Amino acid sequence: MVLQELADYITYKLLGLAPSSHLGSAVNFFIYDTIKILILLTVLIFAISFIRTYIPPHKVRETLEKRHKYTGNIAAALVGIITPFCSCSAVPLFIGFVEAGVPLGATFSFLISSPLINEIAIILLLGLFGWEITAIYIISGLIIAIIGGIIIGELRLENQLEDYVYETLEKLKKLGNPNIETPDPTLKERYIIAKNETKDILRRVTLYIIIAIAIGAWIHGYVPQDFLIKYAGQGNFLAVPVAVLIGVPLYSNAAGTIPLISALIEKGMAIGTALALMMSITALSLPEMIILRKVMKPRLLALFITILAISITITGYIFNLILR
Amino acid sequence: MKLRIYGVGCANCEILEKNTKEAIEELGIEAEMEKIDDIDAILESGITALPALAIDGEIKVMGRIASKEEIKNLLS
Repeated sequence: MVLQELADYITYKLLGLAPSSHLGSAVNFFIYDTIKILILLTVLIFAISFIRTYIPPHKVRETLEKRHKYTGNIAAALVGIITPFCSCSAVPLFIGFVEAGVPLGATFSFLISSPLINEIAIILLLGLFGWEITAIYIISGLIIAIIGGIIIGELRLENQLEDYVYETLEKLKKLGNPNIETPDPTLKERYIIAKNETKDILRRVTLYIIIAIAIGAWIHGYVPQDFLIKYAGQGNFLAVPVAVLIGVPLYSNAAGTIPLISALIEKGMAIGTALALMMSITALSLPEMIILRKVMKPRLLALFITILAISITITGYIFNLILR
Repeated sequence: MKLRIYGVGCANCEILEKNTKEAIEELGIEAEMEKIDDIDAILESGITALPALAIDGEIKVMGRIASKEEIKNLLS
């Protein structure tokens, strides 16, 4: 590949490092990964931001409100992939869904898939692990979102929503449902929006990603091969649930953790365990749970967390079995 | 001109606020900026995704960050 040649040229010719040295190996890894990931991020975030201008919040609601039971869960999980929501939007979004008559199960499918399968995670997976692992990640995330939503829907837990939800709906009814629809942008405006969003996202995540790649590069160059096999390899049955637990408090930078995880896998962490860690970091986020507490009674919230944690753990085990 | 920023203090809401401030400054216009961070007030205005920006009572941006340039266009 051209990129690898470029990284080799910089490391071994320009910097004069020896390919067999720890430092040479780490620097080469760092340069190669940084260039590759920044190119991928720029191209793909632009494409995704552009597509996303066609899916404003009211369209998401409209797509989901007309659905039947199971197709609703599938549609919600799919829509969740391309529609990220800032965790601060969780409450208005949730109430908007209930108001539009989106079934509770479908709402949960969306709430699970949206953070679990986020676009930056997909881009990084693609860049560092290739399309097979990326496809596996997306498909298992979708299955978790669909099944998790169906279970919650079947349990008929509408009574487990906080009174706050119904009070707000009453208030909105009295106000005559002032549902806002922002005007559709023109093609040129879409281009500008996508360009600005790309710049913005890059500005926010680049530093974290570079730091993560640097740590990953250090692990790559200095940590002995197979170092992690004993703790996080196939043989340790407890590794998956421990990885899920570790993932819960780690939240803000799913993007930053993936380059790290790629280095951990290289040093012997089993792939299923790594996927479970990644899913736990992205989907089980403490701040989001605190926000969701405003609309869900503790029992529903606990059920939501439990279903997620169990399905992520099972996914981890399954992949450890398949990808030996 | 009256501007309202809706947000509950997450990073995205702060970026939208910062971009709006810069847009006002660079255009050198008279504008009153108000920040709405009460979730009930936000819901009652019909907003379903944050952050959001309203200009003279009309919601122009919802559920995403508008850049400084875009806000400048909206304001002029």
